[in-house]
Amino acid sequence: MTTQKKMRLDLALIAGMIAPRSRVLDIGCSDGTLIDHLFRTLQCDARGLELDMDAVTQAVGFGLPVMQGDADTDLATYPDGAFDYVVLSRTLQAVEQPREVLRQMLRIGTHAIVSFPNFGHWSLRLQLLLNGRMPMTKTWSRMWYETPNIHPCTIQDFFQLCKADGYKVEQWLAADDEGARAPWRRFPALANLFGEQGLFLLRKA
Amino acid sequence: MDQSSPPQEIQHQSVTFEERLTLDCGRHLNRFTIAYRCYGTLNADRSNAILICHALTGDQYVAEPNPETGKPGWWERVVGPGGPVDTNAYFVVCTNVLGGCMGTTGPRSPHEDHPGQPWGTDFPAVTINDMVRAQKRFIDHLGIEKLFAVVGGSMGGMQVLAWAAMYPEQVFAAVPVAAAAYHSAQNIAFHEIGRQAIAADPFFYGGRYWSEGVTPERGLAVARMTAHITYVSEAALTRKFGRKLQDAATLSELGERFEVESYLQYQGSSFVRRFDANSYLTITRAMDLFDLAAGHENGLADAFKGTRSRFLLVSFSSDCLFPTAQSRAIARALNHVAANVSFVEIKSDKGHDAFLLDEPDFHRTLRGFLSGCAEHAGLK
Repeated sequence: MTTQKKMRLDLALIAGMIAPRSRVLDIGCSDGTLIDHLFRTLQCDARGLELDMDAVTQAVGFGLPVMQGDADTDLATYPDGAFDYVVLSRTLQAVEQPREVLRQMLRIGTHAIVSFPNFGHWSLRLQLLLNGRMPMTKTWSRMWYETPNIHPCTIQDFFQLCKADGYKVEQWLAADDEGARAPWRRFPALANLFGEQGLFLLRKA
Repeated sequence: MDQSSPPQEIQHQSVTFEERLTLDCGRHLNRFTIAYRCYGTLNADRSNAILICHALTGDQYVAEPNPETGKPGWWERVVGPGGPVDTNAYFVVCTNVLGGCMGTTGPRSPHEDHPGQPWGTDFPAVTINDMVRAQKRFIDHLGIEKLFAVVGGSMGGMQVLAWAAMYPEQVFAAVPVAAAAYHSAQNIAFHEIGRQAIAADPFFYGGRYWSEGVTPERGLAVARMTAHITYVSEAALTRKFGRKLQDAATLSELGERFEVESYLQYQGSSFVRRFDANSYLTITRAMDLFDLAAGHENGLADAFKGTRSRFLLVSFSSDCLFPTAQSRAIARALNHVAANVSFVEIKSDKGHDAFLLDEPDFHRTLRGFLSGCAEHAGLK
């Protein structure tokens, strides 16, 4: 079994939203760091879904329950309410149908935990304003014609979608790239300007 | 005079059950024998047993030289001390399937109603589920209430799926490798070619070849050759043989051959020495009849309803016989019942046979999965 690795800060923030001994599906779980952590420290029944076969092989080789699959097509195969939490970290912007994926997450899970890079961050806005070209940052590091991030959104956009589709935002926060919590959680407009990523805990209203 | 057994009969380790076994076809066996091999040590609470299920032409000699052929066990790469299925940690059992010809009751075994004769073609049709029922009796006989894992490839994978569906409470972890929930029309068609080849052999005598003291070797060899092509990939054949010729610079005479031809003929001829034609007919039919979703109104997912077993599904990218789509369909059916399922497709150009060959990614995955399960099962 895998040894405890140092976890990405944003994964630690996600883990902080999850109740012990709950059932969790981590979509885009990569090598399974989060599900390993959830099993070991919170005794969760945590499973993973991952698109990249090499990452899947690695995770299963660590003894973690991970299946190869695609968020856009495979979520439909789970029954209603199969999980307490369905996690999608830094992947929403890369799926083909973000709205449908979100709908599926809240069908198969009681809660959805979603994190995504915030396209409303001031540095992106500034680059677009000054250069008139698609912004490039550490997170948005690929050219527009080859980026897998085909559905960028801002924190404000995400609030809007939750409202439109009737999801209750139980918790939310903005964080910097490393996942350190940013101090603007009371003010979405400020978070949208200064947060590099948004993290949301949702449930159906 | 009747000749009910082949020239050299090897004594296989076995146990005979006198209680009747009712088969899916409605007939029953009043007694049956299970030939088996065990490796490793059963722990005090009998919780570390792994059942290995063999494929169509496999047998119980998983991890030791085969007494009939002298060749290494068919899964020595996987099962053994320190191996992915580690016999230092687990107690590993493998039985010859019902209908087989390596000591378990099959067409070559003594007929219940005609003393001195083998069953031959009178042997009842068996199914994968029947094979599993017979194995279950044997596992009960060992005093094992719950198997830690059931692992198998190809037809062995079908048995794993049947175990998980029929005895979910007795299976902690299930690993069907290069398998499918049903035998496809194309696979049935390939089997039928083999069966027709056997039937067309003049030495077949309608299945009573044993009474003539002969075996339908040519037919059985052709059956094996056809099947063998479906086990390997085009890439593997090209890498191994290409268009190379056997003992000739050019193909000028009819007698000269491509290397791939002589390879196939070798595969055929070595097979007939160890396998019974009626067993081949019985077991290929059992595979054809396999359809786990049959009888379930809502399809495959229903077969696994309420399962608490942990699953690992493995497919190989170049396997045309049991393609990845088949394993994925099983994984999705398991999702439908919120089962604990891991699923990987191993990149390999070795075709269906890859599950038997040196595939480090597969072996690493299997080892890790079992070790993760051992932790959950409290074995460590």
